[in-house]
Amino acid sequence: MSDSEAFRGEARAWLEANCPAEMREPVRDETDLCWGGRDLVFKNEAQRRWLERMAERGWTVPDWPERYGGGGLSPAEAKILKQEMARIGARNPLTSFGISMLGPALLKYGDEGQKSRYLPEIARGEIRWCQGYSEPNAGSDLASLQTKCEDKGDHWLVNGQKVWTSYADKADWIFCLVRTDPQAPKHHGISFILFDMKTPGVSTKPILLISGSSPFCETFFDDVKVPKDQVVGEVNKGWDVAKYLLGHEREMISGMGLAGQAGAALGEVLRDAVAADPVLRADVARFDVDAMAFRAMSERFIDELKAGQAHPAQPSMMKYAGTELNKRRHELVMAAGGSDALEWESDRSRRGKAAREWLRTKANSIEGGTSEIQLGIIAKRILELPGT
Amino acid sequence: MPLYLNDDQTMLRDAARSFMAEEGAIAKQLRHWRDRNCKDGFGHGLWKQFAGLGFTGILIDEAQGGLGLGHVEAGIVLEEIGRNLTPSPFLMTAVAFVEAVKDTPHAERWFPGILAGDTVAAIAVDEGPRHRPDTIAMRAERSGNGFSLSGRKQFVVQGASADIILVAASTEEGPTLFAVGKGAPGLEVEGVRLADSSIGARLTFDRVGVDADAVVGEVGRGADILARLLGAGRAGAAAELVGVGSAAMDMTVGYLKQRKQFGRLIGEFQALQHRAAHLYSELEIARAATLKAQQMLDESSAGAEAMVSVAKAKAGHSATLAVQEGVQMHGGIGMTDEYDIGLYMKRDRVLNELFGDPAFHADRLARLKGY
Ligand SMILES: Cc1cc2nc3c(=O)[nH]c(=O)nc-3n(C[C@H](O)[C@H](O)[C@H](O)COP(=O)(O)OP(=O)(O)OC[C@H]3O[C@@H](n4cnc5c(N)ncnc54)[C@H](O)[C@@H]3O)c2cc1C
Repeated sequence: MSDSEAFRGEARAWLEANCPAEMREPVRDETDLCWGGRDLVFKNEAQRRWLERMAERGWTVPDWPERYGGGGLSPAEAKILKQEMARIGARNPLTSFGISMLGPALLKYGDEGQKSRYLPEIARGEIRWCQGYSEPNAGSDLASLQTKCEDKGDHWLVNGQKVWTSYADKADWIFCLVRTDPQAPKHHGISFILFDMKTPGVSTKPILLISGSSPFCETFFDDVKVPKDQVVGEVNKGWDVAKYLLGHEREMISGMGLAGQAGAALGEVLRDAVAADPVLRADVARFDVDAMAFRAMSERFIDELKAGQAHPAQPSMMKYAGTELNKRRHELVMAAGGSDALEWESDRSRRGKAAREWLRTKANSIEGGTSEIQLGIIAKRILELPGT
Repeated sequence: MPLYLNDDQTMLRDAARSFMAEEGAIAKQLRHWRDRNCKDGFGHGLWKQFAGLGFTGILIDEAQGGLGLGHVEAGIVLEEIGRNLTPSPFLMTAVAFVEAVKDTPHAERWFPGILAGDTVAAIAVDEGPRHRPDTIAMRAERSGNGFSLSGRKQFVVQGASADIILVAASTEEGPTLFAVGKGAPGLEVEGVRLADSSIGARLTFDRVGVDADAVVGEVGRGADILARLLGAGRAGAAAELVGVGSAAMDMTVGYLKQRKQFGRLIGEFQALQHRAAHLYSELEIARAATLKAQQMLDESSAGAEAMVSVAKAKAGHSATLAVQEGVQMHGGIGMTDEYDIGLYMKRDRVLNELFGDPAFHADRLARLKGY
């Protein structure tokens, strides 16, 4: 038996023994996800147990080093663990910006003190993070951001405003892009800073989305004092950290193009709806070709990434293709649902679940850098086309 | 198994890439044979060279003198064939035919010639303009100690040059495959030049008599062998399409960096940049789907059939996008025979039809998934 088969057996047995039955049911909606955080209220006992057991094994972040709360798994082992979790339909024990965005950036750019302080908290789901990048006048042109951060000797002083900050009202800490040198060219005066959302001077105001929920906020900083050791990477070199993190964010968002549950092409779910409608069936069949092809692409991308073979701008391709695909999926789900799917508040429609999700997916190709921006990155960095 | 080429496969790719770019180049092969109106549409010398490199034995077991490799490796060669539009019997002979007869006595009869680069095989499945392998009208009646075949076939690639033709027919017991030799009495072969200047054939069988040992596998049990043949052929055609699409994209991106209008390189125009980036994305996905299908065939995975249809449909769509954008972004020069991009458009069209187009495979996927 090879090492990987031995690991597969071990992982399978452990998951079998430790993953509660409730945590093997498909995620129904946002409230089934566990985001962690200081004020975390578990939805049920099974969710608590699942998080604790996985965190204890380091398997909330399987491929991070053990000393930072990870599982220390090799890429091959991490892939096997994922497959074994998918096999039994195990939910992710923890969903967080800490895991998918900040963690990777800290592992690469953080100093030892920052890594040993923040990473284990992320792995155990103790601190919930939000992302302070976008500003009212800095969206696609993120590097034009203006939030001011001054060196006051024994601390930093932050003033300004962020917008579209997802879950800012629920987050414990923020990772934030700020301008530390207003004189330098725009990419060279930015720093990457971390602070507690409870710091005096931080306030948030929720924004209502078209889906009817308000998962994001305007975030205001009014003379916020931040300790000196909370800048990640070099001062004025935050753009490097920011871009590296964006790569991971794009990977995470592109994951939404996956079928959700591995193996579920859309046609099987919509079988009854498409039976009497050959044109819709054809659209769904074409979608399934693209969905299954993209799933293969995701597998290839992760494998290449772990082997250090992926082009550094490949996450832009994944984000672009995955999010456009996910929007198509939800258009088809709405079409198949017909007028049933339009009921916004009834119990029959589970309070407009399909419609609200459909609307939510429209943000996929905006958040984390729009599709147009990703296409621009592919054109310039991968195809090396000329121009600014 | 990770979804990228391992070290041995990468070595094979590098070897196939430089060989094909040199010996299989458009000027040396496709245009050469086309402009001489060659009745085969490919060069036998190159087929010999394929054999010398071991390519023709990729899917043949080591015990039978081949390399004992799989569909991933066959696909590596096919992608390079696609890049260079290299006319060759490789897909039909070394992939589809070999896969179909490998566990039968026909292997002993034909593999030595294939390994030597002497033998060419063809596949006769289609009977109408669209690929419909589930409805075979060709009849094979028992006669004497053998069979008598009657009916028509078309789109038999290299059918006019083949030493041996694998024919799908219906018997009373069910679908059956027959290996029919060149020049069988009652078999009429009409070579037809296709849009990409490859040579297909229309075959007319008028009570063609064959011995019982012409049956491949068992009488009435041809469906499994046909499925294996088609799986191999479709995955192979997908790989070739990925090659066609990739080369068309590379040519086009190269042109965007070289052609100037309005005092700028046309590659600076965002409208073109975004279309090129979309094309890149589609081709990356097609390549991943194709490799996944090949790996699944090599592992005999349960979902291989569905993945092969995904790969053939996705590779077909993506390559078509590549050649269409390719011609458009070249402007007028893209429409000239002298320039190569148009040759890619023709090859793409033929490969899309071969073994079922994207509509066929989307429908097939839906059926396999039960809707
Ligand atoms: C649901 C959701 C959650 C989000 N969460 C966060 C978060 O947690 N933290 C955070 O910091 N931000 C977050 N964002 C913000 C997101 O990153 C920005 O909305 C995004 O980068 C686009 O910026 P913008 O909204 O200012 O649009 P604009 O930049 O004004 O874009 C408007 C349109 O112009 C196009 N465009 C712009 N520039 C170009 C160009 N050069 N070429 C071609 N077209 C162009 C865009 O593609 C778009 O179609 C979130 C957004 C959404 C919708």
